[in-house]
Amino acid sequence: MSQEWSPAAAHAVLDGVSGPGPVLMALQALQEAFGHVPSDAVGLIAEHFNVSRADVYGVLTFYSDLRSTPPAAVEVRICMGEACQAVGARELRAQADTATAPDCDVRHVFCLGNCALGPTAVINGTLLGRASGESVASAIAAARRTS
Amino acid sequence: MIRLFVPGDSSARSVGADEVADALASALPSAAIVRNGSRGMLWLEPLVELDTPEGRVAYGPVSVADIPSLVSALQSGGAHALRLGITDDLPWLAGQSRLTFARVGVIDPLDADEYEAHGGIIGLRACLTRGAEHVIEDVLASGLRGRGGAGFPAGIKWRTVANAVADQKYVCVNADEGDSGTFADRMLMEGDPFTILEGMVIAGLSIGASQGLVYVRSEYPDAIRRMRDAIDVARGRGWLGADVLGSGVAFDVTVRVGAGSYVCGEETAMLESLEGKRGVVRAKPPLPALAGLFGKPTLISNVLTIAAVPYILANGPQAYAAFGVGRSLGTQVFQLAGNVRQGGIVELAFGITLGELVNGYGGGTGGGTPRRLPARQRTRRPDGLRVVGRCRRNARARWGRRLR
Repeated sequence: MSQEWSPAAAHAVLDGVSGPGPVLMALQALQEAFGHVPSDAVGLIAEHFNVSRADVYGVLTFYSDLRSTPPAAVEVRICMGEACQAVGARELRAQADTATAPDCDVRHVFCLGNCALGPTAVINGTLLGRASGESVASAIAAARRTS
Repeated sequence: MIRLFVPGDSSARSVGADEVADALASALPSAAIVRNGSRGMLWLEPLVELDTPEGRVAYGPVSVADIPSLVSALQSGGAHALRLGITDDLPWLAGQSRLTFARVGVIDPLDADEYEAHGGIIGLRACLTRGAEHVIEDVLASGLRGRGGAGFPAGIKWRTVANAVADQKYVCVNADEGDSGTFADRMLMEGDPFTILEGMVIAGLSIGASQGLVYVRSEYPDAIRRMRDAIDVARGRGWLGADVLGSGVAFDVTVRVGAGSYVCGEETAMLESLEGKRGVVRAKPPLPALAGLFGKPTLISNVLTIAAVPYILANGPQAYAAFGVGRSLGTQVFQLAGNVRQGGIVELAFGITLGELVNGYGGGTGGGTPRRLPARQRTRRPDGLRVVGRCRRNARARWGRRLR
């Protein structure tokens, strides 16, 4: 589980980030530790690595993995790559949209590298091949039990 | 004691390989279970193999419900409805020319002894005895061309970086495999990461670089973990570090993780991302070979290109160039996916037709209806092959410029 955000905890995480060009790695490390990158983190990273706030903010807003709000309890990602679309990803997406509860965040992504066993979904980090409405629903239930 | 193989490849895991491995472990407590990479016959996953004196016997696709009936067959390689035969004799595999993927699915991906027993590190040793200049000659003579899409001769790129004068040079491997329908890089990283590292060390020693970076997309968490673990093992064996195999030369590799940007698969955007910045495409010139990562000469390589290098060094450039046709020499790793009956990895010499791949290896369309066939291959104009999706990477670069 992710830690509670505090500037001291954030500095401790940032101390572990080293090497040239640290901004993206710093943002990734904070997101891993706290589940998201709060807006306070921009100034903190800028100060820690002696770069401008604009540089940090630019990187934070460029990458779709980086989020400034906490994630939903269950994150559902459905692959919309062509290979998955050819075997029913759009139908799966429609089913997932109608079937999921408010604690689920359903989004599409492009290509999870499981192209020969599509349609593919990821539920809280668990990759699901040959996914169906039922298998996604039971994976969501399993994710709720462990979260 | 029986020895079983259950792939730990993320595709196999996505259809229940972990559950099958757990069920086998409790049904056959004395069995040794190796989590290998995937053999590439993805429609047969989870594919369980048993080591026998005649060779490995394959059963698949296995589900947890099959385990009770499978247990007795697995004692001796005996009959079962899911028995496919000796794995290496299956026509789908036997017809392939696996050079880059020779060890994927065969060995335990992190077992360094097995890697060496199956022909690993011979290329690196050859590199150390032959010397940098001859290694670059070998790469040129092999005809190896970049597998990222542009098909640029690898040896010319290596020579360009080697001739650049700088206090620091880099080897960057682009494992941001974002084009949909492609998964060969992922399978290689998960199934045989040492091959990629060995190729990187050979490249680094030849061009005078001491640092290597692998940029892996965040959508591949298993590959990221496997590459990092492999780096730790390789350091322990002296394949990486301050003194590579006692040569006195240093080379080390680190893994950097992407953050969900498709454009970063374009080489200059990848460099920006490796520098921790927004993944925006750079204008060329200057070429990355002369002014790349942090402005230093940088060899940027596709995963499959760098992974072909150990074979070339171990077996000689002529052995590699004996495969292929025209100016497209060597083998290509084709990825069959989408609405196809038998999806997976097919490594063959250039020259095979799309029809042979899709209707032969692929077994035709999934539902028998001729609709979409996203069979992808990834190099430009290999003779005799109609090229699918050739312009994507350029489109990616254009899109990146538009963003800027």
